[in-house]
Amino acid sequence: MQGKLILSDGTVFLGGSFGKEVTTSGEVVFNTGMVGYPESLTDPSYFGQILVLTYPLQGNYGVPGKEFQESKKIQVKGLIVQNYIDHPSHFESKKSLGEWLKEEGIPALQGIDTRELTTKLRQHGVMLGRIKFKVPARGEARQRRQSSKFKVEEIYDPNKENILPYVSCKKVEVFGTGKKSIVLIDCGAKENIVRSLIKRGVRVTRVPWDLNPLEERLDFDGVLVSNGPGDPKQAKETIENVKQILAANVPTFGICLGSQILSLAAGGETFKLKFGHRGQNQPVQDVISQKAIITSQNHGFAVDMKSMDKDWTEWFVNLNDGTNEGIRHKNKPFMAVQFHPEANPGPVEGGYLFDEFLDYV
Amino acid sequence: MKKVLVLGSGALKIGEAGEFDYSGSQALKALKEEGIEAVLINPNIATIQTSESLAKKIYFLPVTPYFVKKVIEKEKPDGIFLSFGGQTALNCGLALERAGVFKRHKVKVLGSPVKSIEATEDRELFAKELSKIGVKVPKGGFARSLNEALKIATELGYPLLVRSGFSLGGLGSGVVRSKDELIKIVTLALRQVPQIAVEEYLKHWKEVEYEVVRDNIGNKITVCNMENMDPLGIHTGESIVVAPSQTLNNYQYHLLRKLSLQVIEHLKIVGECNIQFALNPKNNDYRVIEVNARLSRSSALASKATGYALAYIAAKIGLGTTLPDLKNSVTLSTSAFFEPSLDYIVIKIPRWDLQKFVGAKEQIGSEMKSVGEVMAIGRSFPEVLQKAIRMLEIGQDGLLENGIDDTKVLPTTQRLFVIAKKFAKGESVETIYKATGIDPWFLYQIKEMVEFEKDLSNFQFSIFNFQLISKAKKLGFSDKIIAKAGKTTEEKVREFRKKNGIVPKVKHIDTLAAEYPAKTNYLYLTYHGEESEQLKVQSAKLKVEKAIVLGSGPYRIGSSVEFDWCCVTAAKTLRDRGLETIIINCNPETVSTDFDSADKLYFEELTFERVSDVYDIEQGASLILGFGGQVSNNLAMSCFKAGYKILGTSPENIDRAEDRNKFSKLLDKLGIEQPAWQSLKTLDDAITFAREIGYPALIRPSYVLSGSAMNVAFSSDDLKKHLKSATDISAEHPVVISKFVEGAKEIEVDGVGHEGKLLIYAISEHIENAGVHSGDATIVLPPQKLYLETLRLIKDATRKILQALNINGPFNIQFLAKDNQIMVIELNLRASRSFPFVSKVTGFNFVEMATRSMLGEALWGSYKTVGLDHVAVKAPQFSFNRIKGADPRLRVEMSSTGEVACFGDDLKEAYLKAILATGFKIPKKGVLFTIGGEENKLNLLSSAKDLSSLGFKVYATEQTHEFLSGNDIKSTRVYKISEGSHPSVLDLLKQGGIDLVINISKPRSGKGETDGFIIRRTCVDLSIPLITNLQAAELLVSSLVSKKMADLQIKSWDEYVGRD
Repeated sequence: MQGKLILSDGTVFLGGSFGKEVTTSGEVVFNTGMVGYPESLTDPSYFGQILVLTYPLQGNYGVPGKEFQESKKIQVKGLIVQNYIDHPSHFESKKSLGEWLKEEGIPALQGIDTRELTTKLRQHGVMLGRIKFKVPARGEARQRRQSSKFKVEEIYDPNKENILPYVSCKKVEVFGTGKKSIVLIDCGAKENIVRSLIKRGVRVTRVPWDLNPLEERLDFDGVLVSNGPGDPKQAKETIENVKQILAANVPTFGICLGSQILSLAAGGETFKLKFGHRGQNQPVQDVISQKAIITSQNHGFAVDMKSMDKDWTEWFVNLNDGTNEGIRHKNKPFMAVQFHPEANPGPVEGGYLFDEFLDYV
Repeated sequence: MKKVLVLGSGALKIGEAGEFDYSGSQALKALKEEGIEAVLINPNIATIQTSESLAKKIYFLPVTPYFVKKVIEKEKPDGIFLSFGGQTALNCGLALERAGVFKRHKVKVLGSPVKSIEATEDRELFAKELSKIGVKVPKGGFARSLNEALKIATELGYPLLVRSGFSLGGLGSGVVRSKDELIKIVTLALRQVPQIAVEEYLKHWKEVEYEVVRDNIGNKITVCNMENMDPLGIHTGESIVVAPSQTLNNYQYHLLRKLSLQVIEHLKIVGECNIQFALNPKNNDYRVIEVNARLSRSSALASKATGYALAYIAAKIGLGTTLPDLKNSVTLSTSAFFEPSLDYIVIKIPRWDLQKFVGAKEQIGSEMKSVGEVMAIGRSFPEVLQKAIRMLEIGQDGLLENGIDDTKVLPTTQRLFVIAKKFAKGESVETIYKATGIDPWFLYQIKEMVEFEKDLSNFQFSIFNFQLISKAKKLGFSDKIIAKAGKTTEEKVREFRKKNGIVPKVKHIDTLAAEYPAKTNYLYLTYHGEESEQLKVQSAKLKVEKAIVLGSGPYRIGSSVEFDWCCVTAAKTLRDRGLETIIINCNPETVSTDFDSADKLYFEELTFERVSDVYDIEQGASLILGFGGQVSNNLAMSCFKAGYKILGTSPENIDRAEDRNKFSKLLDKLGIEQPAWQSLKTLDDAITFAREIGYPALIRPSYVLSGSAMNVAFSSDDLKKHLKSATDISAEHPVVISKFVEGAKEIEVDGVGHEGKLLIYAISEHIENAGVHSGDATIVLPPQKLYLETLRLIKDATRKILQALNINGPFNIQFLAKDNQIMVIELNLRASRSFPFVSKVTGFNFVEMATRSMLGEALWGSYKTVGLDHVAVKAPQFSFNRIKGADPRLRVEMSSTGEVACFGDDLKEAYLKAILATGFKIPKKGVLFTIGGEENKLNLLSSAKDLSSLGFKVYATEQTHEFLSGNDIKSTRVYKISEGSHPSVLDLLKQGGIDLVINISKPRSGKGETDGFIIRRTCVDLSIPLITNLQAAELLVSSLVSKKMADLQIKSWDEYVGRD
């Protein structure tokens, strides 16, 4: 069946459906990674977003078992690709991408000029958009781009509300065993953060986004504030809790949204990037050691380094556009990175940061 | 660091081709930017790197330890680059390091330290290093003798893989299924290399490569990963390769990526390297196969596939810059420390020319045989696959519509077409996967294309269907195939498409998948797109003229780097004159496909359809067809008929030169002689005509897919044999028979005309008499043995032809001369293979002059091209050692893969340097003569005498031995293989007492398993210098008599050719 992606500026892209034929809307963002669609689709940071994958062939290796997912379900509201491959080939594949999307009720379109769409998002900044389906009338197949402008307020905007309750765990859960104990504040944490900690012999207590571990008399040596979707300023409760954690001098590590929350808790500011960083090839440099690494990223907001107190120092910086990629307290064990040391998808060399954090714990 | 020496790779050969012109040129560019004086040693005169603007000093000398040491002594460089000239440069550098030359002359090796290189080159050391960091390599061991090899084999069991280190292109490698096979291959390999690896055979494992860059403080990235469609066991140079990998998931992609970084960190590589993995398709098990600590064919491919200037960045790193301090050369704003994200798929398909070799096999395996490659960019696998097939210029318009026999045992060079045919006959993906090990991901899509063809063949032109045509184009089908299916014409399909808006869209390669805008115009066309992108051209002028230079496509026998030099030079000339310059080409091994060689680069097909697409997009541009060799020239008439603007000689006149009948009539009218010829449609007519003109006769069959080659027939039986099957001669495929003139000299005139008048010309002389293809001949400039009268006649005829065809631009005429009479055998109204040679030897840039002439600028003047104070010799490079079973005897069909040219004060000096540059080794001990025919024996008598008096031990077969004895020359008789006695020729060759073989066969003797063939082939297999041509043998011996190594002067290009 034919479907449409309509952007908030009225641009229409026509495509063929390969997911569930249901109308949806959300913030349209692009990711430039060339592998890792099962991981990306289940990454809670994409909650509320329609994801455009810039690599033109998707579905190549099918979909593996649940144990490879980053959360229990597909988090994106819709998926847009150039060409969908319906004949996957991989020993771990259990089903095709299309089957999976249908099962989970997620709409997806193929045959869309994703390069043109991406260029548009880059130039204009991310936009809201809607996916619609209908059986095309005769002769309509070739038409597109009639500006069927519709009201922006009709489209769901994930940045307008606090969406952490939708993606966070509901109750406290404990994983792994070990001498060191970390509380993971789950703002929509990727499973691989938990796996990365367990692998390092850590006992992980995963708590809901608004739980204050200091009040709950949990036993822990450090706190990790996870990644997650949306505008960090909406996570008021988390910011408040982290403020208290910092005041208690508990070693704290922030990842992605966690980094933004940490900076807000420390009195800093965050701002929305024009089109964000989403991909697996983002270069960052450790300002202190000058060492550079390639990182996996997925964020639309960033920390404004100028707003940070003089006790904080810039830790990592993006080599492409100079934006902040990490902050660090000058004399306390507080640190945060904007990228994803847990990878999945993406490059894995940032994994050493878990070790660095655990050294302080 | 003030002065840096760069080593080139010498002649193009199988396993080492144009990619090193690209990498060397980039290195020189980086040096220039840093204000460092570059000195280049490279005898490959057809390269762009040996052009004026790049290096301060250029030495056209062999890249061997002897000559490089001499240049170091003379130039006293501070540093040296070893990693930009392929295995040749690397091996030469390792030898010099071992000899202590660098230390003695305080030359710093830039880039990866020699210790790191050694760890990657010595397989045993390599395995040891990797085991230290727990990275897996194939199980097995290393053998320095047959016994050691057998021992490892017993432990591992068969089948096994045998591989040799220190070699390019996997020479002496292969899958071994039995003890007998092992003995055979190991014996052969150990003659060439000191040690071999005997390893587990990882049947049908995937082969994946990563290109990795590391700077000297340990920042590292993988620039590109590539997946071989063909499984492990097929050399990556023989494989169809896609980028990025298609069948690897996130875990596998990043596992291999992490291992790549780990390995190069451990080996402390500085600059660029390539790492090859085997990946088990059934689990995540892997092995590291090898690391190449230098720029390679894969890195050139990766560079073109991603837009990441790998060689340039590697050179900058070699000079001490760190990655974060370098900028992305495409966006000019973001960092060079990043990993390109592709939003397209790239495919590489190798090009083979095995039909040019007598006795070569079509099977492919772990040894490289391909001579070139193409790369296609698009947004679906079918799209790039069919693009690439057309780019190969093998007469295939796409995956289907071919006459390939589907019973061929896979894998062969034709496997793609065989698989398609099998699918057409209903075979399953599973069956083909089991037979080939090609991942089902690829096979499913090939099958889909085959199935779509059925839909296509069911439609009729009268009811042209938008959906169907649109889908066909997305799947990469050409208008030609669509037209054929719809029983209409290509023009009609094009018309329909354009009317309905089914046209390809322009997309940029920007390294970042549209995340940042590109400042360059590195472009491709795709049908998977809705909108073309804005192209940026910086020009102050309001009304800028535009010109499109057509490139030469894949390198192949008969067309390689020389045409790339022509295209790059033409583009530069156009840009210098303020024209907006556009290049179309599809060969990743070239400099013309560097995105900064022109204002816009379309990495695209050189088919009429695609050239038309670009022409439509680039409104108002003119086409330049004369520099891409025959490929672009062949488009002249279609472009002319379509009414396109074309610069240079008019296509109608090009046609008058290309069409044999028309050209023949013209020559008659001008009173210029030509060998008698006729185009014939039946065997009887052919025999009658050949008898009429008298044997020997030259046969040229029409070009057909099976690849019939040119041949000389000495009798009607011969003629019948060459035209044996009915399809070799027919009304559709007429055969041209012409008189073969024996004992004639061959002379070439390269020049530039302006409105029918001669602007400049150069006359070169072949050393070998006519009968050796001009591409295989040794060529001298200025001529040394031509009569003044002959020169006058040639010049006269040239002027007449120029005027008659109103030539405006480059041309090349081939003449035969005998007894002060001349005949024309060929005219090319385009730049020829020898244009870079004549330009660099005379000091006048023929291509620049031709380009300016096309633009209407006449550069009248007197150009000294005949009475030069120096002599240059262009010598062919053969790659027979790569093509098992091929007869290395020179023939009318070309078989050389490259060429070198060297300068000297006289012919002998230049000749010796040139053949040394092709790998010839000066003999020291014994020479074997096997001379067929009385006349040949007489001609070589004085040569034999000279060698004998120089102290060489002379060996000869029966008749030659008797002849020498009869002329008082002492020789040792050896037995031919057919005589069955010992010592046989083979015994002797294997014992190593002979280091030169002069084997001149009677022209009439046939091919096949003759004694002569066995001798020649053995020489090739054992790397013993071999001469098979009488005139070359005479020149060689007289050169050996009069010159010693010390007489070969170390002089740079500018010392020979004043550059002011």
